Amino acid sequence: MISLRRSCYWASHYLLIALYVVFALFPLFWLVKVALTPNDLLYSEGIKLWPSRTSLEHFNFVLTHSEFPLFFRNSVIVSCATALIVSLISAACGYGLSRFNFRGKGVLMALMLITQMFPLVMLVAPMFRLLAPLGLTNSLTGLVIVYSAFNAPFATFLMQSFFEAIPKELEEAAMIDGATRFGAFRRIILPLTLPGIAATGGFVFTAAWSELLFALMLNSSSRASTFPVGLLSFVSKFSVDFGQMMAAGVLALIPACLFFLLIQRYLVRGLTAGAVKG
Amino acid sequence: MSAIELKGVSKRYGTTPVLHAMDLAVASGEFVVLVGPSGCGKSTLLRMIAGLEEVSAGEIRIGGTLVNELAPKARDIAMVFQSYALYPHMSVADNMAYSLRLRGKSKQHIETAIQSAAVKLGLGALLDRKPRALSGGQRQRVAMGRAIVREPKAFLFDEPLSNLDARLREHMRAEIKKLHRELGATSIYVTHDQIEAMTLADRILAMNGGRVQQLGSPLELYDRPANLFVAEFIGSPAMNLFAAQFSRRQGRPMLIHSGFAIALERDPSLSEGSALTVGIRPEHISLGSGALAGVVDLVEPTGLGTIVHLTLGGTALKAFSLERRPLTLGGTLAMQLPPHRLHLFDADGVRVAQ
Repeated sequence: MISLRRSCYWASHYLLIALYVVFALFPLFWLVKVALTPNDLLYSEGIKLWPSRTSLEHFNFVLTHSEFPLFFRNSVIVSCATALIVSLISAACGYGLSRFNFRGKGVLMALMLITQMFPLVMLVAPMFRLLAPLGLTNSLTGLVIVYSAFNAPFATFLMQSFFEAIPKELEEAAMIDGATRFGAFRRIILPLTLPGIAATGGFVFTAAWSELLFALMLNSSSRASTFPVGLLSFVSKFSVDFGQMMAAGVLALIPACLFFLLIQRYLVRGLTAGAVKG
Repeated sequence: MSAIELKGVSKRYGTTPVLHAMDLAVASGEFVVLVGPSGCGKSTLLRMIAGLEEVSAGEIRIGGTLVNELAPKARDIAMVFQSYALYPHMSVADNMAYSLRLRGKSKQHIETAIQSAAVKLGLGALLDRKPRALSGGQRQRVAMGRAIVREPKAFLFDEPLSNLDARLREHMRAEIKKLHRELGATSIYVTHDQIEAMTLADRILAMNGGRVQQLGSPLELYDRPANLFVAEFIGSPAMNLFAAQFSRRQGRPMLIHSGFAIALERDPSLSEGSALTVGIRPEHISLGSGALAGVVDLVEPTGLGTIVHLTLGGTALKAFSLERRPLTLGGTLAMQLPPHRLHLFDADGVRVAQ
């Protein structure tokens, strides 16, 4: 009786998880499915889970006959630069906020929190006015600056919590062992915070990779456009080229997936196990 | 090894004083234990000696050098933390080698230092392991090893045994004592455990509320506590304390309690009617004979002996006896509070000389 109830419990447990996974991954599946469906079948077959014939024609077109490779390159540059800059800034700020008490710390943190409260749309016009005279519109540099500014506060809070999870005694022990504070940070704290830095970097990378609003408003030339803007170019006045758009979308997923594949081993927590009692 | 000297050392956080003008001279090679309840400032004092907390006022000297403004790394001391604070991403050997590498020691020197520490602490088989693969006791040993490879001027211990279970704690206590005898290192050891303090110390500094309560050898603190705080804090089971009045009856000094009276052997210079707190250690109450009669409330056999909870004239007392006598709960038991075993404290809690 009890074992029957137990197996029912576990069965429903797994069923719910399976339902959730299907729900979460279905849009991705649909993206791939449409990208692989040839144009002539796209509208004629009705709604089917898998087309009767697949082809790579959309991918071929996107890679050879569109500006997509350029957009793609721009996105990689902007996202990597943003992730790098924000990781460095937020690691430094997060360490400072977690380890030192100084005058104005509360005010500083409140200000950082306030920057997170505004809907970004409000800031588009002032941002444009600020960047235009500096020649930073229609430029990847401008985008990197804007993305870094918007992501740094949240990333700092994230890094602060990672530093706080590392016991202060570790760097105190290092300082007694003969290290300077910076030496203790570099040799002891930094290696232990790598998972946190990787997570922060990954978060910022994806945020920059999928940003549309500022990329659309600050840049009008295709030379400095990123791929989310590029996706819009598949929407023309009279038609939407779904096949090509989805193919481009699938391609855009690749770097984000690769990035997470690279950092996922750092995302696994537990590196600090054994430092202190526990 | 070097002597450590504190002169008028105090600490404030903002306007809140934590330590009040402490003086302490630790001789070279001496083992001093700072003991007190949590929040008494003992860890803060240790961290100030280590250079991890700033000194608000006063002077700290290590080996004759004023170290107030020196960074921890320049003080050449080693510290064992309560949490051990092992570097989790380094192996046991690297944990121990870290300080030597920072000091630019040769590879060969480091190798021999680690080997000899490993032999002393029985860590030989564990040198390649990471801290997370070690048990609590092993981590504790590594923390000790990290301190001894340095051959520093002094060792500081911040409750190093509190995270171990009772058996292991007892074992490591003996190990630390043995190590200290071998190395002869100046050591300052912080604990809230009075047994650790009693067993390890050359001298104990009892602290409460950021002030020194008494400084002396373990047996001095046990036999002649300077005040009520030390009397209550040192000893387990704790000293019995009850209120009484001093009086002279026909010229004989007496302690008058609402339920009984005790004649004193010597006359303390006290005025008639002085209010006192009287203390007696459980093992000094003699059971089975005497003019007083207590009611047995509870009997706790410890194996080694028996703790008997008694009520005497309305006051609850604990007596410790090595004899295993048959006792009936609720029955009366003849007993005696030997006058020469009594500790007298005045209204301010300060010991009265007898």
